[in-house]
Amino acid sequence: MKNLVFLLAFILIIPLSANADTTKEYNLDNGLKVLVVEDHKAALAIFQIWYRVGSRNEPMGKSGISHLLEHMMFKGTPKYGSKAFSKIVQKNGGVDNGFTTKDYTMYYQSLASDRIAISIELEADRMKNLIIDPKEVLAERSVVMEERRMRYDDDPQNSLHEEVMAAAYKSHPYHWPVIGWMSDIASIERNDLYSHYMAYYSPDNAVIVVSGDIKADEIIQKIKAAFGKIPAVTDRRPVTSREDEQKGERRVSLKREAELPYVIGAYHTPSFPDRDSYALEVLGAVLSGGKSSRVYKTIVHEKKLALSAYADYSGLSKDPYLFMFGATAAPGKDIRDVENSLYEEIEKIKKEPPAENEVQKAKNQIEAAFIMGQDSIYFQAELAGIFEMIGGWKLKEQYLEGIRKVTPGDVSRVAKKYLIEDNRTVGVLIPTKPEESK
Amino acid sequence: MSKQSEVSLLRRPAVAGSQKSEVRIFLIVLFLCSMLFALCPDTYALDSNRKILPNGLTVLYSEKHNIPIVMVTMIIKASPLDEPQEKAGLATLVAGLLDEGTKNRKSSEISGEIEFIGASLGSSAGSDYTTVTLSVLKKDMEKGFELFSDIALNPVFPQEELDRTRERIKGALKQREEDPSFLAGRAFDKEVFGEHPYGRLTEGSAETLSAITREDLIQFHSKYFIPNNAILSIAGDLTSGELDSLMKKYLASWKAAVVPEKKINPMPEEKTKKVVKIEKDVTQANVILGHLGVSRDNPDYYAISVMNYILGGGGFSSRLMQKIRDEMGLAYDVHSFFVPNKERGVFQAGVQTKNESANTAIGEILRQMEKIREEKVSDQELADAKAYLTGSFPRRLDTSRKIADFLASVEFYNLGKDYVEKYPSYINAVTKEDVLRVAQKYLDPENFVLVVVANQKKAGLKY
Repeated sequence: MKNLVFLLAFILIIPLSANADTTKEYNLDNGLKVLVVEDHKAALAIFQIWYRVGSRNEPMGKSGISHLLEHMMFKGTPKYGSKAFSKIVQKNGGVDNGFTTKDYTMYYQSLASDRIAISIELEADRMKNLIIDPKEVLAERSVVMEERRMRYDDDPQNSLHEEVMAAAYKSHPYHWPVIGWMSDIASIERNDLYSHYMAYYSPDNAVIVVSGDIKADEIIQKIKAAFGKIPAVTDRRPVTSREDEQKGERRVSLKREAELPYVIGAYHTPSFPDRDSYALEVLGAVLSGGKSSRVYKTIVHEKKLALSAYADYSGLSKDPYLFMFGATAAPGKDIRDVENSLYEEIEKIKKEPPAENEVQKAKNQIEAAFIMGQDSIYFQAELAGIFEMIGGWKLKEQYLEGIRKVTPGDVSRVAKKYLIEDNRTVGVLIPTKPEESK
Repeated sequence: MSKQSEVSLLRRPAVAGSQKSEVRIFLIVLFLCSMLFALCPDTYALDSNRKILPNGLTVLYSEKHNIPIVMVTMIIKASPLDEPQEKAGLATLVAGLLDEGTKNRKSSEISGEIEFIGASLGSSAGSDYTTVTLSVLKKDMEKGFELFSDIALNPVFPQEELDRTRERIKGALKQREEDPSFLAGRAFDKEVFGEHPYGRLTEGSAETLSAITREDLIQFHSKYFIPNNAILSIAGDLTSGELDSLMKKYLASWKAAVVPEKKINPMPEEKTKKVVKIEKDVTQANVILGHLGVSRDNPDYYAISVMNYILGGGGFSSRLMQKIRDEMGLAYDVHSFFVPNKERGVFQAGVQTKNESANTAIGEILRQMEKIREEKVSDQELADAKAYLTGSFPRRLDTSRKIADFLASVEFYNLGKDYVEKYPSYINAVTKEDVLRVAQKYLDPENFVLVVVANQKKAGLKY
C-alpha cells in the first residue's frame, strides 16, 4: 500500500510546476520596484507596499520604533487627515492593515479591482507627506503599550518566547521584540519617529506588489505618475551587527502565574536561500508536519507527555534566524521529560536518516500548501513580497526546486550540523501559584 | 506552526471576540467586518448548484478551475444543542475522534495517508453544527474523498483514543485558563445563557468529559451523522461528472434515518444587571459587556448589521474604536458584535485596557450604547456602513475554501438560494430610523452582564 502511494505521488508531482509564474517586474528611476501578478478569477485586487525596515534596523534603546511608526502611518498627512486612510478604504468596500516584522513593514489594501487607484493615491501620499503630530504620538504610544500588555505581559508563553530570543541573540537586533521593550516604547518621541520615517520610507527602500484582476501595463502607468517624483534617500545606515557563533548552551527560566510548564528551544541556523535551508525546512516537516509526524506521534500521542508540541524552521529571514521547538507539558508531566524526549527525536534523525517516504510526505505537504495558497491573491502577493524582502522574488521558484531535491541523507546531515547542544538556547516557563490576594 | 505573534504585529487586531467555534467566527465576520476579509457589490453572483441525493443528503457545488485544488465542507446538524448537559463536550469529542480510527483504518493510517498527499482533514463541533472538511489537490481528489467519507461515515471511536483525546482536551482547557480573555468569555456566556447549551464551552468541562463513554459517542454518531441531517458543499477544480461519480462511489450507501428531535434548556428570560469580577494578576483588565442578542433568522438582522458596524463592528470606522482607541488611547482593541446563531446569540462589547483604565473604558462603552439609542446616526455614517458591508462581500467568496464554507452555511441558516444576489438590497434598504429602532430594541445599557478579569485592586471597579 505504502509503496503504491509513494510511486503515485512521484508521477503526479511533475505537472505541479505547471503553475507558471506570471509575475512582472518594473523599476522606476527613483529606485521603486513594482511587482505585478495578474489573476483574473474575480474582480478583486490586492495592493501591498513593503518597506525594508523592521526591528532589525532599530538603534539600541528605541526598540519598537518601526512598529510605532507603522501605527503613525495611519495618522494623517496634510491632504488626508488623521484616521482618514482606513475610512476611505472601508467606505469603498475595502479592508486595509499594516504589519511590522523584524525585517520589514508591510501595508496592504484589498479592494474591488476598479478601485485600486485609491491605494496608489493614498500610499504615495503617505510615503512622502506624513505629519506625525506630537499629540497623536502620545495617544498612539499608549495604544501600543496596551498592545504590548495584551500580547506579552499577560501571556506567559509569549513572554517566554521574548526571553529566549533575548538570550539567543546578544549582538544582533533580533535580540529585542518587534513590539519593543516597554521602557523603550515609552521613550519614543515625535522626532525619533520622524527621523526613522525620513530614513526608511522612500521609494528606493520600498517594493510595491499588486495582484488580482488588474492589467500590468495600466497599473504601472498609474504607479509611475503617483510615485515617480518622490526622491530617493541615499544615506541610509546599513545593519552591520552580526551574531557570533554560539559556543555552549544557554538556558533561561521564567517564573510566572501559569497553569502548565512550557519549553522552547532555539538553534541558530542559516536563512534561505542557503543550500542547507531546504533540508532544514523538510526536517521541520518530518518532525512536526501533522499528526503522522515524529514529534506529535511520539511525544503527544504515544508518550502523552505534552498537550502540544512543534518544531519549526523559520528560514525566510533577512539575517540568520532559528530552528525552534516548543511544547506544553501535559498536566502532571515533568517538563524535563518533555524536553528530553524532543532531543531523543532529534538524535534519532541524526543517527539514522528518515525513511524515503517520510521525506517524500514532508515534501508533498510543503508543495501542496504552496499550491493551495495560490488560490488567494493576497497570498500570491505576499509570497512575492517576502521573497523580495530577503533577496529577490525570483527565489520563490528556486524554493520549490530546492525542496524537491532534498534527500533523507540531507535531512540527517543538517540535523547533525545545526541541532547541537552548544548551538542551543532553551527557555522554560515555570508556573507559579497566584498570590493569596483573592 | 511557529508562534507568529512575536514576529508579525498587525496594527489592527486580526480577530476580535469569541473564538468559541468556527460557526461563531464565521458569523462574527458577517457582523464585525473589522477583519481581514469580510463581506458585495451591487451585482454579485456565485455560480453554484444544489441537489438532494436519494438518501436525503443536500449537495452544493461550485466549479472553479483556476487552481488544481478541491475544497470540501460537510455540515452535520449536530452540536452541543443535541447533548445532555451532564455530558457536555460530547459533540466535540465525536468530532475530535472521527479521524482516530474507522472500520477500515487505524488512527495512524488515516493521518499517514492524508498527510502523504499533502491534504488535510478537519473536524470540529461549533455552537450550532459540526463541520468536517477536506482540502486536497485535484490529482489526489479520489484518495482524499475516500478518506474524508471514511472518517465521516465509519468512525469506531476506539476506547484508547477516547481516553487520550479526553485527557488532552482537559489539559488544553486547563492551559487556556492562563488566557484572561478565555476566562472572561467563559464567564460571560455562562451568565447570559444560564442552563442553555450556548452557556457552556463546546468542549464541556473536566467533569462532564469524564462522564462520557464510548457508547455515548457511538450513539451520538449513529443518531446524527445521517445523510438527511447533513449538507455537503464542494468548491474547486472538479466537473459535475466527477462529483457524481464521487457521490456514487462513497456516499450512495449512506443510509437515511429519522432525525431525532432537539430538547433544549430554555434561555433565561428575566433582565437584570449582573457584574462578575474575576481576580487575576494581569496588567490589563479584560472586559466583556453585553446581553442576549438575536438569532440568525431575525428579520432585523441586516439593520443590526449596519447599526453594529457603526457602533463597534466597523474597525477604525466604528465609534468605539474612534473614541476609546484613537482619541483616548486606552486600548489596542475595542469592538462589539452580535453572534446570530440558530437560537438567540449574544450581543457583546469587549475591550482590554490597563487595570487602572477599566472604569473609564466601561463608562465610554455604555455611553456609546446610549448615544446610538438616543440619536439617529448621520447620513455619512449610514452611507459608509452600507458601502462597506455591500462592497466587501465578494471577498467572502474569493477562494474555493471560502466558497465551500459559505455555501454550506447559507444552506444551514436557510438564507436562500439567491442570498448572494439579494444581500446588497437587504443592506441598502436599511434606513436611519431602522438603525435607531434596532439600537433601542436590541441594546440595553441598563440590564447587562459585565465581566471583568483584572487585578481587581488596581481596577477598583465602580460597577
